[in-house]
Amino acid sequence: MLKTFPKGGIHPPENKLTAERPIVILPVPVQVTVPVSQHIGAPAVPVVEKGTPVKTGQIIAQAKGFVSANIHSPVSGKVNKIDTVVDTTGYKQTAVIIDVEGDEWLETIDRTDSLAKDVAMTREQIIERCQLCGLVGMGGATFPTHIKLTVPAGKKCDMLIINGVECEPYLTSDHRLMLEKGAEVLTGVSIIMKALGVDRAVIGIEANKPDAISNLTELAKDFKGITIQPLKVKYPQGGEKQLIKACTGREVPSGGLPLDVGVVVQNVGTSFAVYEAVQKNKPLIERVVTVTGKSVKNPGNFLVRIGTPVTALIEAAGGMPDDTGKVVNGGPMMGKALAMTDVPVTKGTSGIIMFPADASKRAEVLPCIRCGKCSSACAMGLEPWLISVLAQKGMYEKAEKERITDCMECGACAYTCPAKRPLLDYIRLGKATVIRMARERITK
Amino acid sequence: MSSTVLFTIAMLSALGLLAAVILYFVAQKFKVVEDPRIDTVNEALPGANCGGCGYTGCRAFAETLVKSESFEGLNCPVGGADTMAKIAVILDRQPVAVEPRVAVVRCNGSPDHAIRTSFYDGAVSCRVAHALYGGQTACQYGCLGCGDCVEACKFDAMYMDPVTQLPVIIDYKCVACGACVKACPRNIIELRKRNKKDRKIFVSCVNKDKGGPARKACQVACIGCGKCVKVCPYEAITMENNLAFIDSFKCKLCRKCVTECPTGAILEIGFPVKEAKPAEPADAAVN
Repeated sequence: MLKTFPKGGIHPPENKLTAERPIVILPVPVQVTVPVSQHIGAPAVPVVEKGTPVKTGQIIAQAKGFVSANIHSPVSGKVNKIDTVVDTTGYKQTAVIIDVEGDEWLETIDRTDSLAKDVAMTREQIIERCQLCGLVGMGGATFPTHIKLTVPAGKKCDMLIINGVECEPYLTSDHRLMLEKGAEVLTGVSIIMKALGVDRAVIGIEANKPDAISNLTELAKDFKGITIQPLKVKYPQGGEKQLIKACTGREVPSGGLPLDVGVVVQNVGTSFAVYEAVQKNKPLIERVVTVTGKSVKNPGNFLVRIGTPVTALIEAAGGMPDDTGKVVNGGPMMGKALAMTDVPVTKGTSGIIMFPADASKRAEVLPCIRCGKCSSACAMGLEPWLISVLAQKGMYEKAEKERITDCMECGACAYTCPAKRPLLDYIRLGKATVIRMARERITK
Repeated sequence: MSSTVLFTIAMLSALGLLAAVILYFVAQKFKVVEDPRIDTVNEALPGANCGGCGYTGCRAFAETLVKSESFEGLNCPVGGADTMAKIAVILDRQPVAVEPRVAVVRCNGSPDHAIRTSFYDGAVSCRVAHALYGGQTACQYGCLGCGDCVEACKFDAMYMDPVTQLPVIIDYKCVACGACVKACPRNIIELRKRNKKDRKIFVSCVNKDKGGPARKACQVACIGCGKCVKVCPYEAITMENNLAFIDSFKCKLCRKCVTECPTGAILEIGFPVKEAKPAEPADAAVN
């Protein structure tokens, strides 16, 4: 019997069209647009000016404060300008635009492909390197990695869980990484284990990726303390709290963090980035993006430099199909539709999905009949129908009591709703408002 | 038989009397002394409970009025000067003259003016759309067109124009309670001074971008050129973040800025056109 989390969950069609497609390295574009805010926390401050020549891997924006991340130049060339551009949310934000000239890397970066397995650095050095290299969580939330690796005084961590679940339909970037860069990922895991001071790590992988499971199980024999945990397929298993419950049986308390039960969760992509940063001194300047869709000619997994326009990715996948109705940034469940495709790839871009027009339109919204399907689908044990109505009516205090902030916005409720109610839209709004209210209370 | 009836009557009467005595003392003990004028003032108020005065309802406002020293800063926008004068008589105070106001929508980004770059089909709520993304046009400041303001209006003074996809305010119904101002997540609606014949001069744009991008997103955007600031003889126009703002209390409706504006972002409404035709709606006035 495979493990999984007990409460709620859904089974959307997997549509992993690109699971068999090896990672393709995309050529460096002519121009890149690098937003200074690609992470949760304060935006980084640009340290280059118009006309500054930059090398690949050179820092171009300095982290501002602790909860922030450095931004490095993903290409070599000259800074064209620092301007406001539309990012993936449709709002304008500051970005460094660089004209590409050649591809000259910083000498300090080891560009060889050889596997460096021995970890020479101390705990503090690893964390410092992660901070310098601007690492953030690659699963989509983009939380700065160095903060997650720093266990605060008074908290104890006895276990590391690596998220190789990739429960979002369509996406396969983590899957391919586990297949093609398995040894590097595992080295990254042992580096994170060293940084946290734990001797146990579990890599949770859903059973729909048997090749990744067997590959990593085979490789893990050479690594101490790393076990592979196959999991039953269920969405949203990639949620931090669900994964912890599935792998260990521990339950993170409402409003708590994984550290409250002695666990830190990191993504497979992050582990790979940690490996590259620590062993090769390579900052986070590229990532694997799945470009897919049912009518896409040449869907695939592409290794692209941060700042590459999404249009270049779509071109690489054979162009945008004529019947496209919606282009989604991220997975189909949690991703957001792009208002325009002329936006750059950021550290958190895990996938670009092109949906045909007939699949992208929302259906007519009907009244809620309290059937309770959303409540049984909710993996956090919430009542989505109730909190969405409370948010819609502006009853935020009540929504807070109904634990709206526990919602991880996985979208299982809206997916399962037979009346096609926009539950998540209102819950997101309510959650943001409640968090703001709570913050105001603290400052008062 | 008759003794039973008598006994019952006597018993119930005694109980009733006892309860009355208890209730009398309880009522004395927990007596709430309320100024009788609060009721009178409350009745004089319109009873819309719209919150336009800044208080939770008419009753709360009546209490505040009775307690207040003067009417400075207290005004019922629904009832206007008449109601405030009535209340002034009740409370024997001096009424404070307040300029009547009217709500104005400061966006002219109809599909004709601002090209739609995307299509939104999420929850029909401006607050949701605003939190989600920049909007259906390249302008991230303009009207989202979901009608949160119309829903907030308790006086039926607003409707969504299906052609322009913008809210329209029916001037004579608007009481300037400010509910729409609060409902708009983008701060597009403003309460401005109500002029004679509902005449209006205002910058119908809230785009803070530089001229180029602003114009690209919307033909009738304020590009921050500053021509109106220079031409205004009354110093009513200020320029901040590439956006002109006309102070409705300083503006004397001379209309010099309207002809000066290169993009037609400044609208004049309610003025007779040269051929003495009645004024056309907002869009026609621009073209």
